[in-house]
Amino acid sequence: MSEIVEFVRSGSGATVHHIGRADRVAAAAVPSSRYYLTEEHHPENGTLLGFWLYLMSDCLVFACLFAMYAVLGRSYAGGPTGAELFDLPLVAINTSLLLLSSITYGFAMIEMQNNRLGRTWAWLVVTGLFGAGFIWIELHEFAHLIHDGAGPQRSAFLSSFFTLVGTHGLHVTFGIVWLVTLLVQLSQHGLTAANRRRLMCLSMFWHFLDVVWIGVFTFVYLMGVLP
Amino acid sequence: MSGPVAHVGSQGHGHDQEHGHGHGDHGHGDTGAPHATRQGYVVGFVLSVILTAIPFWLVMGKVLDRPGVTGALLLGLAAVQIVVHMVYFLHMNAKSEGGWSLLALIFTVVLVVIALSGSLWVMVHLNENMMPSHMPDMRNMP
Repeated sequence: MSEIVEFVRSGSGATVHHIGRADRVAAAAVPSSRYYLTEEHHPENGTLLGFWLYLMSDCLVFACLFAMYAVLGRSYAGGPTGAELFDLPLVAINTSLLLLSSITYGFAMIEMQNNRLGRTWAWLVVTGLFGAGFIWIELHEFAHLIHDGAGPQRSAFLSSFFTLVGTHGLHVTFGIVWLVTLLVQLSQHGLTAANRRRLMCLSMFWHFLDVVWIGVFTFVYLMGVLP
Repeated sequence: MSGPVAHVGSQGHGHDQEHGHGHGDHGHGDTGAPHATRQGYVVGFVLSVILTAIPFWLVMGKVLDRPGVTGALLLGLAAVQIVVHMVYFLHMNAKSEGGWSLLALIFTVVLVVIALSGSLWVMVHLNENMMPSHMPDMRNMP
């Protein structure tokens, strides 16, 4: 009896399985043609999406550093506090420099869309100068802090501060290196498809760093000054 | 093609930009990226300047008496400004890259919220329970 039951079970199972597969083949064939034929605007390559995924993973790096600062940001070890150290007018200048560099990069992208190489180049140079100004002020601030004995080894607060803000500054520095590289490539090859793609990736990188800086100036500087 | 092309007959193509890309517009170096407009960047910039100026004014001008309220306001304004940057500068919308960008972003935001709130939750409890100076009986000692 049990053998018959087994046979019936496995037999019906195979039939069901077979029908299921046929159904799936049919189901896969119909929507795929429907999907791809009417999809008007399929991206030519996945570089931009891939770069976006890289930015999201970079976002996680910064999230860890922000979490570290959130935990250690008030552990002064008897040393100087944020209210004593932070020079808010300087931070405001730095913030405006980065914000201005964001919109000048936007203008460069618009000139790129309009196929004006010279203007694209000029706006990129302006962006790079704003970025360089940002880095210069930040290095000035760091040197000032270290000179006053408030270096990264002074307290957990300062260790986490230098790690978080320094990592952001390092990103901006590499962004500037990338920008200069692209300026050279633009002057040699012009607005080719490859160069446009590279400019779009750097655009995302640059605006992403501005987004991270919103977190830095709010969470580290402004909230660090609050009692 | 040179110049921003106002694409005719782009109904139903899933474009919500003002200037739709013509599909045969590949001489344009089209990589599937959204078409940016000067107006969009300027609107985003003005909003960002306002959303940056308010928190600096709140803290530097010592406008509010209670630091807790100021802190909450700062975080709220930062969140709004991040959304503004995402929309106007990074051109985020549900359509870009067939929705995969937004999906990756949502996933990342979930991870970031877990990492931040989880770290704070654990460490605040650890501080409260382990720090000698925070223990109630120590605080009440003469």
